[in-house]
Amino acid sequence: MRTALCLASAVLGASGGELSVSHAMKQLGELHHFSPRSLINFLGRALRVKWFWAGIALLAVGFFSLLALLSWADVSFVIPATAMSYVTGALGARFLLGERLTPLRWAGIALVSAGVVLVSLS
Amino acid sequence: MTSTRNLQWKTYALLAPIVFFAATGNVLLGKGMKQVGDVPELSPAAFGTLFLSAFGSGWIWLGIGSLLLFLVMFMVVLSWADYSFVMPVSAASYALVPLMSRWLLDERVSATRWAGVSLICLGVALVTRTPASGGERS
Repeated sequence: MRTALCLASAVLGASGGELSVSHAMKQLGELHHFSPRSLINFLGRALRVKWFWAGIALLAVGFFSLLALLSWADVSFVIPATAMSYVTGALGARFLLGERLTPLRWAGIALVSAGVVLVSLS
Repeated sequence: MTSTRNLQWKTYALLAPIVFFAATGNVLLGKGMKQVGDVPELSPAAFGTLFLSAFGSGWIWLGIGSLLLFLVMFMVVLSWADYSFVMPVSAASYALVPLMSRWLLDERVSATRWAGVSLICLGVALVTRTPASGGERS
């Protein structure tokens, strides 16, 4: 039971957080120069986007759930099981971010999810 | 404007360290938390004690450092690439984790898990055949 609860919170926290961070980064636009100065400038601008902080908060929830989970379960079970977030992430990318997913990409994500289920069964 | 080919190259150059640091970070966290020990009960007090002792572990801090590096590169790549591209491709780290936990943590990895890992890799291979960036359309 505690494993299921922590897993759900780890999965939803991780994919919700990444979707929010992705949305924030798209608002900033593509990083062209990789000098330390432009990188710091880029990260500084990211800190002023609200969606970035929403994402960090959700990632933190996911992270602490994961940390707790790892204290009693095997890493080689926990990490693949949290990859459930690939399903929630793909749905979020399509319906929240409005990304266009080609059939090939859906197929790839489906295979990844199938792999996750297999890994979690054992 | 960056050409599509250059963009794809830039994306892969960042995805390689992203995969590495994600896997390393998680294995280090696993190692650290195993040393900290099991949570005896699901109470706030037990979790509080757990997290306090977790932050005393060097492995945990190394893991957090590794995941921070991951986060910065992840943010940078998402400034141009689709989330629905980056997400499944970074799943390659899930193939690295059983390898690392087998060799570094001495955990046993079953045949079923290895089959799952293979499926994940196959899925990643499919996704990388799509362009990294189609742009948000909302």
